[in-house]
Amino acid sequence: MRLITGNDLATGDVIWWTGSDWSRHVAQAVDAGKDGEAIAAREEAALRVNGPYVIDATPGPLGPVPLHIKDRIRASGPTVRPDLAVQPLDAKAGNWVI
Amino acid sequence: MYRYDEYDQAMVDARVAEFRDQVERRLSGAMSEDQFKPLRLMNGLYLQLHAYMLRVAIPYGTLDGRQMRMLASIARDYDRGYGHFTTRQNLQFNWIKLADTPDILAKLATVEMHAIQTSGNCIRNISSDQFAGAAADEVADPRPYAELLRQWSTFHPEFSLLPRKFKIAVIGADEDRAALKLHDIGLKLVKNEAGELGFEVYAGGGQGRTPMVAPLIREFIAATEFVSYLEACLRVYNRYGRRDNMYKARIKILIHEIGADEYRAQVEEEFQHVKTLGLDPPAAELERIAAMFALPPLDAGAPADIDRSDPDFALWLDAQVVPHKVSGHSIVTISLKPSGGIPGDASADQIDLMADLAERYSHDELRITHAQNVVLPHVRNADLYAVWQALDEAGLGAANLDLLGDIIACPGLDYCALANARSIPLAQKLSERFDAARQRDIGELKLKISGCINACGHHHAGHIGILGVDRKGEENYQLSFGGSGAEDASVGRIIGPGFSEDGVVDAVEKAIETYRGLREEGERFLDTYRRVGPEPFKAAIYA
Repeated sequence: MRLITGNDLATGDVIWWTGSDWSRHVAQAVDAGKDGEAIAAREEAALRVNGPYVIDATPGPLGPVPLHIKDRIRASGPTVRPDLAVQPLDAKAGNWVI
Repeated sequence: MYRYDEYDQAMVDARVAEFRDQVERRLSGAMSEDQFKPLRLMNGLYLQLHAYMLRVAIPYGTLDGRQMRMLASIARDYDRGYGHFTTRQNLQFNWIKLADTPDILAKLATVEMHAIQTSGNCIRNISSDQFAGAAADEVADPRPYAELLRQWSTFHPEFSLLPRKFKIAVIGADEDRAALKLHDIGLKLVKNEAGELGFEVYAGGGQGRTPMVAPLIREFIAATEFVSYLEACLRVYNRYGRRDNMYKARIKILIHEIGADEYRAQVEEEFQHVKTLGLDPPAAELERIAAMFALPPLDAGAPADIDRSDPDFALWLDAQVVPHKVSGHSIVTISLKPSGGIPGDASADQIDLMADLAERYSHDELRITHAQNVVLPHVRNADLYAVWQALDEAGLGAANLDLLGDIIACPGLDYCALANARSIPLAQKLSERFDAARQRDIGELKLKISGCINACGHHHAGHIGILGVDRKGEENYQLSFGGSGAEDASVGRIIGPGFSEDGVVDAVEKAIETYRGLREEGERFLDTYRRVGPEPFKAAIYA
């Protein structure tokens, strides 16, 4: 599956395309299929995202999991500061980053 | 400490106002990211993995309590309660909001600070010896000259769009505490046979993907002419530096390709012209600046004796404290490397505490080191115990300066958009693997970790260097030995195939045990490695 991610223009927060909006939680990201680049361009032009790009991911039990470690770290926060991590929507979710 | 004059303040204030307008235009959509990016970078604002990152300049690593407190205040009010001290003696905030940035810069301007030229292809923050002005072994305090260079290089119209970034270091001592020869230009204060003050000039050093130790370009340039000479050095680079390939655009590549002799000859020719232009400041201006760096009033009659009866205090003294040039006083290095901690990180409360200690015990002066520690340069020996107690209570009492635990590490893949692998977890595991007693037994060992080939963690200059790479989507770590950023500067050599994260920790341990088995009296790890070569280490690691 292919996800769209980028940063919020004003805050810099990592955000994920949900199909209709943007979320801080990768668990809410949807497969953008072949439309990823077009959606990214449209959303960036509308100032709803900064620097969007399309990544590969695999479906997981709690939602999509980015394939590359860099995007997994983007999704969760620095591995060395769990106190600053993006808290998962499901409190029982394990650590799938590394 | 240098104090802004009306021109400095007006320039910085104007830059804040200009950037505020640029941010507003970006947020409104009047400016695209492609248009905005070079403007934000000129103001030290990056977009990293998780958020915007603001890099604040700390000129030549010197600041006072008021400035340190402002950094703590920004960490608390606009970031997530901490800051990261960098290998360029700067401070980075990792969680900045774009909309807040103009207000942050405005607050910095109120304490004579900014983020100008902490990014971009320009002359970056001038770095220096963290013991400047306090060290017994220096010819003269290098900071007045570093300040002159700050003024010369700030908004220099000819050098604002260089082929690549440009880093200058200035020192005044024989012991190189600033990695002088790994800079684009390194300036070392010396006296000539006539007793005149001037500089040895080294050019074309650097790290990154093509590490090089800078050759000596000029044995002596008088301090009265050095600005003109640097202008000539930069002009030749600006003219011939390669703009067609960013990986070959640093001055080290130019000097390597045309040769030091040719570069030197071209600089000399340019210098003959430049020095007719009157660029060097009048002596009165240098004296005005130098007066602001005068040694604070220290009592040379202060008692020199230190009560070492507390064993933990004694260990800290031996590791973190060196004599000041004025009797009865010491230079204290505060370790930002607790066991298992994040090298260079300090909480807002810790930053405030260091400001308190500077104001109370160090004549309101602090220094940031390129090894990501903090220095109190002027402490009475009689106050050392109180300083240690306060530091220890705040988690800043580690006694590991220049030992294995004093690891330089870049932010790596935990924060940096350019990184290929994480650096910090490795530093944490290594500092935990070797306890304090073991580190003392090993002795001086400079271990440096970079998360990518850009080498912000100075791995090339590590006695042991570790470089994180991406191998088919997995983190992998290359190990190198024999580097040094000191006066015996050298570039480390890769020892063999790379390792996993845990594998490289084990490999470091095997290398150190090999050293312990081979070392002769007084030898550091680096000395033993240089004497016996890589083979015994290879044999142990890859057995």
